[in-house]
Amino acid sequence: MALLEHTPRGLYCAAGDFYIDPWRPVERAVITHAHADHARPGHTHYLAAAEGGSVLRTRLGLNASMETLRYGEVRELNGVKLSLHPAGHVLGSAQVRIEHHGEVWVVSGDYKLDFDPTCAPFEPVKCHTFVSESTFGLPIYRWRPHEELFGDVNAWWRSNAEAGRASVVFAYAFGKAQRILMGVDADIGPIVVHGAVEALNRGYRASGVALPETRTVSDLDAKADYGRALVVAPPSAQGTPWLKRFGDYSDAFASGWMAIRGAKKQRNVDQGFVISDHADWSSLHQAIDASGASRVLVTHGQVPVMVRYLRERGFDADALETEFEGEGGSDGDAAISLPDGSRA
Amino acid sequence: MKQFAALFSALDSSTRTNDKIAALVDYFRAAESEDAAWAVWFLTGNRPRQAVPAKKLHQWAADAANMPLWLFEESYDAVGDLAETIALILPPPEAENNLPLHQWISERLLPLRTLEEAEQREVLMGYWRELDRGERFVFNKLITGGFRVGVSALLVQRALSQVSGIDAKMIAHRMTGDWSPTVENYAVLLSPETGAFDVSKPYPFFLAHPIAGEPDSLGPVGDWQAEWKWDGIRGQLIKREGQIFLWSRGEELISEQFPEIIAAAAPLPDCVLDGEVLPAKDGKVLSFNALQKRLGRKNPGKKVLSDTPAIFVAYDLLEVAGEDWRARPLYQRREKLHELLYSIPHRDHADVVLQLSDIVRAPSWATLALARAQSRERGTEGLMLKRRDSAYGVGRAAGKSGGDWWKWKIDPYTLDCVLMYAQRGHGKRASLYTDYTFGVWNREPYGENAEDSSTGAASEAKMGQEPRQLVTFAKAYSGLSDEEIAEVDAFIRKNTLEKFGPVRTVKPEMVFELAFEGIQRSNRHKSGVAVRFPRMARIRRDKKIEEADSLTTVLRMLDNGAT
Ligand SMILES: [Zn+2]
Ligand SMILES: [Zn+2]
Repeated sequence: MALLEHTPRGLYCAAGDFYIDPWRPVERAVITHAHADHARPGHTHYLAAAEGGSVLRTRLGLNASMETLRYGEVRELNGVKLSLHPAGHVLGSAQVRIEHHGEVWVVSGDYKLDFDPTCAPFEPVKCHTFVSESTFGLPIYRWRPHEELFGDVNAWWRSNAEAGRASVVFAYAFGKAQRILMGVDADIGPIVVHGAVEALNRGYRASGVALPETRTVSDLDAKADYGRALVVAPPSAQGTPWLKRFGDYSDAFASGWMAIRGAKKQRNVDQGFVISDHADWSSLHQAIDASGASRVLVTHGQVPVMVRYLRERGFDADALETEFEGEGGSDGDAAISLPDGSRA
Repeated sequence: MKQFAALFSALDSSTRTNDKIAALVDYFRAAESEDAAWAVWFLTGNRPRQAVPAKKLHQWAADAANMPLWLFEESYDAVGDLAETIALILPPPEAENNLPLHQWISERLLPLRTLEEAEQREVLMGYWRELDRGERFVFNKLITGGFRVGVSALLVQRALSQVSGIDAKMIAHRMTGDWSPTVENYAVLLSPETGAFDVSKPYPFFLAHPIAGEPDSLGPVGDWQAEWKWDGIRGQLIKREGQIFLWSRGEELISEQFPEIIAAAAPLPDCVLDGEVLPAKDGKVLSFNALQKRLGRKNPGKKVLSDTPAIFVAYDLLEVAGEDWRARPLYQRREKLHELLYSIPHRDHADVVLQLSDIVRAPSWATLALARAQSRERGTEGLMLKRRDSAYGVGRAAGKSGGDWWKWKIDPYTLDCVLMYAQRGHGKRASLYTDYTFGVWNREPYGENAEDSSTGAASEAKMGQEPRQLVTFAKAYSGLSDEEIAEVDAFIRKNTLEKFGPVRTVKPEMVFELAFEGIQRSNRHKSGVAVRFPRMARIRRDKKIEEADSLTTVLRMLDNGAT
């Protein structure tokens, strides 16, 4: 019998009697990371990486029964050895390694290989079976290096600041927003964040990530001048009256989907920054190769393409059905309910 | 190429007019004339012919990216744009290339078409290796002939005006006609002295907007000049330094097609007239078809000239004795136009060929509407309304009061027709039956209650009459919503009588209201008539096929001047 199987409640390990990122309420849930499609409320016991504990609590509430593990620490569940390893996706994101009778599986959750100062870098883990996401599993997706990406963001912010108009970036409140805050040159001007972003910033700061100083509009005077400001807001803020205060601002959207001209046009923003927290095409294959696995199970994203291509490359590859959504689904703010109920 | 690709990206990403103009100004300030000439040419909507067939590009790009063709197709499917897909999947460039735009075009792009396939593949792959992602995108757009950019010619002219200090209208004027991207032409575009350019050069045409609703909202009727709207070819008749030229609205020189108009302009002083080229004989305007025949024939012979003579109905005056009159109010231009046309020696020939557009005078909008109702009998499409104090603008510019020229067209003709045949559509609609052939009855029914379906074809047969027949009348593809198309498609599939090739014969059951712009006699059609611009106005679910129109009605329309 397979070490993990697809069930109506989620990916289930029968030998260890636990689920990984289940989508219906279960007794024991191992959580790869706190994005809404992976960490759902309502489970009895949670197990997650220590680094993400604080953010996970923001999402699940303080009274959820939660146990955390340091990266690499091994925990035995009914004879199954379980450990968590950095996935490089967002703060506290983990790959789940499970071992039973010498057979090793790794569930990667969401991951990326690119540099990101807000979380621990992806760590290749050897296994027999590797479960990989495939959000950007097409060769049209190829990310540029961190320095180039943020060179563009800074240049845009700077030229707006010189023209005296605010720069509004729409980015998912958890992960992407903080990566942007860490990547920009905070000397250009003040940074203003939406309440949904600030709520998660607290969790990041509590976990030791040195985000630059940020303010929310409630910290500021009603007549504040935002001419030099960088404003980081969740995509759900686009088109809302909340933005009126920034006057004639320039706006941008930060997402892997911005690689496609049509997708950018659809978003109707001045700029599209191709910044993703998922692996691009070459990173997906690099990670799969580094796992040493001969069997690869592909989840959410470009499943048929990845499976076909991996088979052509000699892998024993198959699709694994899940209810995860990838970037732009619940990979962000929309489903995050803030503890204090405020959205702005 | 680098600078041009950067300009493209700036224009493509911005939604603000001012940003676009600033990007254009920066580009033109920095660019060499050779490059700027090409940039102007591309940005004003010109495109080189496709250099490489799209199908080959798929394979070569897949090869260059070292991926199987199916993976390229999956990628293309996700992106939806060939040039962009290729730019995205190719590996990073191996070299940098600073070749200027004009050399990329003249030494690389244009010769590409002439190469053998194997050589084409090799050089193209080499070019790709030297371009970065943004440059590749623009380059691919150029070789696929699909280059389009989100700026209007007007914006380019405004930017050039900022760079040179020359009035934007002047630049637009210099750009009209066959503008080819040479250094000389670019220099002329921005040159301070006005005499340097071609005397044949037409002005950009000022275009009217269709009026929405009733014209009362335009203010007092006395502020407006109304003229008949003719269905001919908009033309500009130029006489400068003794030479005469006739341009069409498509900015094509058509002097050779209409020698009688050129001859008629000979007695005019130097001036530029805007008007309509119409086929007319013995004071009657002929069908648009006759004009199209003329358009396709240079230096027509005597027979053509006497069978389908053309006239020029002048309605505006843009230049007099070298002076640009476009900024003057319309009433002044009209007065001068009148004076010019009536000052020429009164020869019969000139008298007939060069005509002054009639002003339709009416004391109120209501009376004007009555005049408009006679459009069909007069063979016109309705009325043109021009603000009396308006300047002659450029293109579809709205004018300072938000609209100076309006076309107040008459409603199209409509007929109720029966769906008879259907064919699959093209492209996106290839899976649906979207192209329809419609028929009307060959005659009116006999009997009193003819329109009552209970006394339709069957009862006529009983009465010993030859039953009525449906004859094909027109084809139409457009006018339906997606839901309606789906409905009709489902109906067709359920009611197919026979199939031959891609065509299905459909059980005559559905009635459609077809709208069209005109009818004329035609030997090529079974019905004996051909219609212009047929389209589906709506599905007449309330009508039975017996209630559809007949040829009798159609012929009546013909007699009423529906040409
Ligand atoms: Zn995620
Ligand atoms: Zn995910």
